[in-house]
Amino acid sequence: MNFEIPDELLYTTSHEWIDPDSGRVGITDYAQDELGDIVFVDLPGEGETVEAGEAFGVIESIKAVGDLYSPVDGEVEDVNADLEMQPEMVNTDPYGEGWMIQVEYEDVDGLLSAEEYEGEI
Amino acid sequence: MERSPPLHSVHEEHGARTTEFGGWTMPVRYGSTKQEHRAVREAVGKFDVSHMGRVRVRGDDAVELTDRLTTNDVSGLAVGEAHYSTVVDEDGYLIDDVLVYRMADDDCMFVPNAGNDGEMVDRWREHGDRWGLDASVENSTEDTGMVAVQGPDSLDAVSAVADDLGVDGLSSLDRFEWTCGYFADAGGVVSRTGYTGEEGFELVVDADDAETVWRELEAEPCGLGARDTLRLEMGFLLAGNEFDRGDNMRAPWEAGVGFVVDLSTDFVGRDALEAKEDDVDERLVGFVLEERGVPRHGYTIEVDGEKVGVVSSGTMSPSLDEPIGLGYVDVEHAEECAEIQVVVRDEPKRARVEEPPFV
Repeated sequence: MNFEIPDELLYTTSHEWIDPDSGRVGITDYAQDELGDIVFVDLPGEGETVEAGEAFGVIESIKAVGDLYSPVDGEVEDVNADLEMQPEMVNTDPYGEGWMIQVEYEDVDGLLSAEEYEGEI
Repeated sequence: MERSPPLHSVHEEHGARTTEFGGWTMPVRYGSTKQEHRAVREAVGKFDVSHMGRVRVRGDDAVELTDRLTTNDVSGLAVGEAHYSTVVDEDGYLIDDVLVYRMADDDCMFVPNAGNDGEMVDRWREHGDRWGLDASVENSTEDTGMVAVQGPDSLDAVSAVADDLGVDGLSSLDRFEWTCGYFADAGGVVSRTGYTGEEGFELVVDADDAETVWRELEAEPCGLGARDTLRLEMGFLLAGNEFDRGDNMRAPWEAGVGFVVDLSTDFVGRDALEAKEDDVDERLVGFVLEERGVPRHGYTIEVDGEKVGVVSSGTMSPSLDEPIGLGYVDVEHAEECAEIQVVVRDEPKRARVEEPPFV
């Protein structure tokens, strides 16, 4: 299986991505494929803080429940409210319309490049 | 060691994701569970259900033996018919739920749940010996394959393989009737039965013929994921979820399957069940969650902060796009429309009791 792994993003070993320019965070193509049909995404509110490596939300597919882990320390400045009604966008467009939160952060630390992430999956 | 169905290599070719279920490695989905689910509700899907057991009981006392080990009335079943039934222990607790086929006056087949075939064969043999009955019990599970073809277009799909199977008269089969063709020794049985709530058929075929039949069936390949969401929308029981032999021992009365207990017949557990009939503290109910969230097996059910039950199965219904579930609750909270709360990650979510089917 060939998964999309955009070069410009950074990745966690728990299969989240962050766009270092915008601060947007989501899950990878590989992760959405592993989960299957996503039916529910529970995200924090704007203004909440997130910590690198700590759960910031929950994602559920038809069969499975999983935690979402933040790639960075920071503050949530925007949330993709469309996922409440259309969680399947995480399946159809994991790096685009399926983004989850946008984080205002200062540093990235210990994240993987696209090439390194590809070696993980 | 894990068992794999005769269609194992076909599933690999289709790119199926597999899961371990009842000791078998089975396809859980080929692509999207939702899409497979929809195919069954709107057109037709095919499922490899070879993990279900096939046990054949033959001999002058085959019917009596099966009657005395299942709760429904096998002697009242005509040749050509099948029925749903349960197997209970001496205390009346569910061990398994099964489909029983009356093959001939002296011949029955029954279909226990995945992984229970060996134990059921032993159970039948031991009791047959103990009661001095004339019945041979054969485990045909690995000599045969089983395919469920389900959905409004299932008759067309199965008709296309009718010649291969040597069966005719499919369109005149009533629900729970079956017919059989060439492979009657090992299988070759086509019954109008299923676990999805749709029109459909289940085919028991010789293991060597499973691949030919599967390939000729023009239907969406569906995995156990869709099988689970489809049965859950109908409120059908899943062994291991709605009952087990550990923490979730249930009598048929509690599990909502009292309709297959015939107390006028004599069977193991009958007296215990008669005594329990009016003594049910908890009952299986369906419910719909009215807030966002997905109920899951094991979640607590509360009313005003007090635990009144537990979720046995839950999912986001692909047909309704609403979270639905089944669970056991104290009988006082089991009436239609009762307000309950399902605790999802420490948060009670509003739900109301609704008798399945949900669709």
